[in-house]
Parts: sequence; C-alpha cells; structure tokens
Amino acid sequence: MQAFRKLDTAAASLTLANIDTDQIIPARFMRAPRSTDHGQFLFHDMRRGPDGEPRDDFVLNTPEFAKAGVLVADTNFGCGSSREAAVYALHDAGIRCVIAPSFGDIFYSNATKNGLLPVALDRETVKTIWRTLETANSARIEIDLEAQTVHLPDGTTHGFEIDPFKKKCLLEGLVEIDLTLLHSDEIDDHERASAEARPWIGTIG
Amino acid sequence: MHQSNRTQKSKAVGQPTTLFEKIWQSHAILEREDGTTLLSIDRHLCHEGSFHAFDKLKAQGRSVRRPDLTVAIADHYVSTNAPETGNEDPSRREVIERLTANTEATGIRLYGIGDPEQGIVHVVGPEQGITLPGIVLVCGDSHTATHGALGCLAFGIGASEVAHVLATQTLWQEKPQSLRITVDGPLGPGVVAKDVILHLISVIGANGATGSMIEYAGSTIRALSMEGRMTVCNMSIEAGGKAGMIAPDEKTFAYLKGRRFSPDGDDWDQAVADWQTLVTDPGARFDREVLVDAADIAPTVTWGTSPEETLAITGLVPDPGNQPDALRRSALEATLAYMGLKPGTALTDIMVDRVFIGSCTNARIEDLRAAASIAKGRKVAVPAIIVPGSTLIKLQAETEGLDRIFIEAGFEWRGTGCSMCVGMNGDITPPQERCASTSNRNFKGRQGPGSRTHLMSPAMAAAAAVTGRITDVRDLA
Repeated sequence: MQAFRKLDTAAASLTLANIDTDQIIPARFMRAPRSTDHGQFLFHDMRRGPDGEPRDDFVLNTPEFAKAGVLVADTNFGCGSSREAAVYALHDAGIRCVIAPSFGDIFYSNATKNGLLPVALDRETVKTIWRTLETANSARIEIDLEAQTVHLPDGTTHGFEIDPFKKKCLLEGLVEIDLTLLHSDEIDDHERASAEARPWIGTIG
Repeated sequence: MHQSNRTQKSKAVGQPTTLFEKIWQSHAILEREDGTTLLSIDRHLCHEGSFHAFDKLKAQGRSVRRPDLTVAIADHYVSTNAPETGNEDPSRREVIERLTANTEATGIRLYGIGDPEQGIVHVVGPEQGITLPGIVLVCGDSHTATHGALGCLAFGIGASEVAHVLATQTLWQEKPQSLRITVDGPLGPGVVAKDVILHLISVIGANGATGSMIEYAGSTIRALSMEGRMTVCNMSIEAGGKAGMIAPDEKTFAYLKGRRFSPDGDDWDQAVADWQTLVTDPGARFDREVLVDAADIAPTVTWGTSPEETLAITGLVPDPGNQPDALRRSALEATLAYMGLKPGTALTDIMVDRVFIGSCTNARIEDLRAAASIAKGRKVAVPAIIVPGSTLIKLQAETEGLDRIFIEAGFEWRGTGCSMCVGMNGDITPPQERCASTSNRNFKGRQGPGSRTHLMSPAMAAAAAVTGRITDVRDLA
C-alpha cells in the first residue's frame, strides 16, 4: 500500500457526527473494481442537492478545500457498513488523513490497511481544530506520523495515539499478509492442535 | 516490533473468565509485544462484495489457504423479483457472476443462484449449522455479529482483512474492551427482540460500544428464541460494537441439532459437553456493565437517520429548540428536514409510503409469522414487500400458509436476498418516500437516494402496511 509519513495540506472541517460509510460512498457505486477512480463517488449524495447539482455549502465543493488532504470530522466517523470502498473513495479523492473524536472500528482498520491515517483526538481538541481552521489565515495542517503529532496553523501541536504495528505498516507501506506468512509454522501447529482438541468443528467445503 | 511469543495464558487456572475470553484464548496463535493477537479463523463467509479481496489475492499471486473452511453466498445483488436470472440488470448480474467465477477458481463452496439453500449470509450460516458455539467466524459484512447469538465470536471485516483470511485463515486483532448488557424481566405485550435492541442502542448510543465486544445476558435475553437472539446480536454494530454474543444453552443446542454441518454421533456429544463450558464464570470482570429493565422497553421506532435516534411508539418527534448545543441543534434540524418531519409530531401520525419486511435482522420464520399474524384478514394500504431470509425459510413459510395470508392481504411475496435493506439489487425506496422497515439501518440514502427509513419490528411494519401510518401494534392485536 501507499506509505504514509508526513502531510502538509489544507484541512476541511466536516462538523457532523455519525457520518456512516453509506454516506461516504453510497451502495450503488460499489460494483466498481479497485482500478476505478473511487474519488468521484466520495460523499456523492451529501455533496449534491436533490437536483444532482453540487451544493455550494458542502466544504469539499468550495475552491479552497477541493484539494484538502485532511478531513476534520466529528464523533463516530465511518460507522456502519464494513465497505472498504469508503476508504478507497477518500484515498482516491486525495484525502490521506481523517481526524475525529472516534471512528467506526471496521473503518479504522480498513483505513490503516490502505494508506489512510485515522487520527483519534478528544472532542474538545477536535472542536479547537475546527475553530482554528475557521479563524486562522491558513487552513493548512501538518501531520507527522513518525512523531505522532498534528500541527495547527495557530502554532499548537497535538499528539495522537496509534498502535505501533499499524504505524509501522503505514510508515513503510507494508502488506500485512507477507508478515503473517512468516508465522506459517505457528499457524500450522495451531491448526493441527485445534483439529485435535475440537474435531467436531470439521469443514464446510 | 512484530516479534512473536507463544501466547502467554495470562489468567491463572480457576480464575473466573468471560465467554469471550475463553473463545479468544482458544484461538490465539501468538501475541505481538504490543498485545495484538493472531487469531485462527474457523469459518469464513463470503458474498458478492468479496470481489475486492479475490482481486487482491490474484494481484499478489496468492492462493486460498482453507477453501474447506470458507463458503460463499450470493445475497446482496440477487433480484427478489426474478431470482432465477440472478439479476435482470446486467451490471448487477455481473457482480454475482464474479463471485461464481472466484469460487470456482478457488474451490470454495457456493450457495449461488438457484441453490435450494441460498439466502442471506447471516441467515444461512446458522441455518446450515455452519455457525457453531465457540468458533471464530468472520465475514466481510458488518452484520456478522448476528452469529454471536449461537455463542461464538463473530465479527465483520473489510476487504483487506477478507484477503488476509483467504490467504492465511488468520487475522491480527487487538483485544476489544468487554461490555456486558444485562436485560432482566418479562417483555410487555407487543414488545419483541427488535424493540430490545433498538432500545439498547438508544441507551448506549450509536458509538456506545465502539471498540468493544458485547455480551448480552439476563433473563430477558435467555427467554428470547434463537431468532430473537440473532436479531439482537445482528444490530450490535449499530451501537458500534465489534461483536455481540450470547452464551449457548439448551435452546442453542436444540436449534443446531441435525443441521447440515452440525456435528453428529459421538462428535455431537463431545461438542455439547464443550459448549456447556462456554459461559461467563460468576465473578468474571467486564470493562463495562449496563443494566436495563425490560419493563422500560416499549414497541420502538426510529425517527431519525442514526439507529440511536429511536423512541417508544407513544413518543413525539423531538424539537431542535430543546437542544442547547448549537452544532447538535443544527444537525437535528438537518435530520428532521431530511426525514420530512415536524417537531412534536406524534410518531403514530407519520404516514408511510411503503413497507419492507426482510433483511438479516428480521426475515426469519418467527419474523414472518409475527408479520402474518397482523396481516391476516387485513389489506395493505401502501405497497409492501416480504423478502424471506432464505429459500428454506420461504419454503417453510409456504408450508405454513403464510404466503397466502400475505398475498391475500396485498403484500408482495418475493424471493430471498438483502433487498431493500441496502438497495444493491435494485429494490429501493424512491427519493423522499418513507419506508417502514424491519432492517437495521436508517442512514440517509440507505434504502435508495433520498429515502426516509423508520426501523421497527416485523409486526409493527405489518401494522404500518395495513394502516398506512406508523402504528402501535398493540392497538391492532
């Protein structure tokens, strides 16, 4: 996957809680293979009015934020459906990092396997970021994954937590399967021991 | 980093342990220094959406490690009008054909178009005895927690993890927090499993269980049928829960006995002896406990666009004017505008345009019986479709004569599949139309662009179908 180290980019605020993955990419666009540019589907129905025309009041439709690389969202971002295409849509639209007070678990996991950095910060800090982006002359944010910091235009820096293994995979763009297969012997041993201990599970082939 | 040690059993022998912990420990292959565990996977269920994972495997030149522990089921894109075609729409049919081709190439058993046991993946798994107590089961679908009703650890995963399971039959997982929700007491008249889970989500919130696995316990949960338990576990994800589970008991064993992949003979006795140990020991600690009194649960309906936005059927649409937080007030105004609702409206005054009875939440035989009991001798006021959870359930309902009750009442009796829960097969609610639905998500656009969804139980949905408005089922009984 695409590695993630540092980012210095415009940040767009999306101050709505519970943005589910159906809103990030509606189900009718999920027949597309990965080679399709999924950026065109991002927030498809949120960013358009009932007439199908782009809404002026949707942040990613404004010239200043059309190329934003960071989204600063509210609680429970990416809840709902497990569709990894939600991450593809953000990634292909150029968004490499989402900051939010909390994320849907499956979305969080999907993001870290596709070069998209999810940054969880407490809601007060997220509100501070929204205010800063609104009042500062610049809406640029710097993200440093190695240092685990978010640097704001007002000069403040906020640390964030991330599981060390997910961090390593993101920093180096590693594919997890390769690392897991290094443990093939242990997997084989466990499989044999399980089949002996619980023979009734059997197979379903 | 990534150095592994044999899993250290951190719990001393005899120390009280949770059901979850027992399953986790028996499936831990190894643990990284950071605590992340490599879990072995007993069962893997695929559906049409798994094409991304198969594509990844192909691109990386990998094979499927254990096709004999994997099954695939066509459900999301299957037409309920003309199921024999797969789907009359070529681009949807093509997604089903991708699944057929991928399973043929990898030797995975397929419940495909025309298979007499095809149905919704989370209905078919338990129905076929693919789902068993004590196992770890995964599927690239967030409603996989359904299977936890049989006392296993079951959770939804994304396409990259699906590929990982196909290639290795394992997954790296951080151990989730543990949350026990205990519901005690008898349910009131007209109150069923769907009301229990909708109520619980409103109590703990749409992210109330994020990062957690939920064990449902208490006399109310124990009294539920297996179908009801599946309904409860199914919607764990709507509270953010990674998994939901219920300790197996005699009901579970009776449900599983004789199913296609259930153990038999000596294996059965050995299995039941093991399954009887799958309980949370008295005194075991959870990170969090929530207690709910069943007497507080009424027939429950969602009014908004998050599953936490629910009220008792006797309630009124909330007023944004009562919301002190400016951001939340404007969000609530936007929700009501989307839903086309005025503050203070009685829920029972909301007219509906159509009704959907189906989905992995509520399309099992008990659900169809409940809906039929309301439909019997009445006529629908709005278009209403019934989509059974599997082909076998459809047959059983027909044997019981439920199809005739529905058809005489003017309901459409369809083929099985995910249908209007997610709209991928083309069954959608048109823009600005309001649907009373037994499914699991009332998200904006979930049932089709601009659709307005109200979640409720099968009997409540049938009541809405025959009255044309959201109705308190207790008034029709």
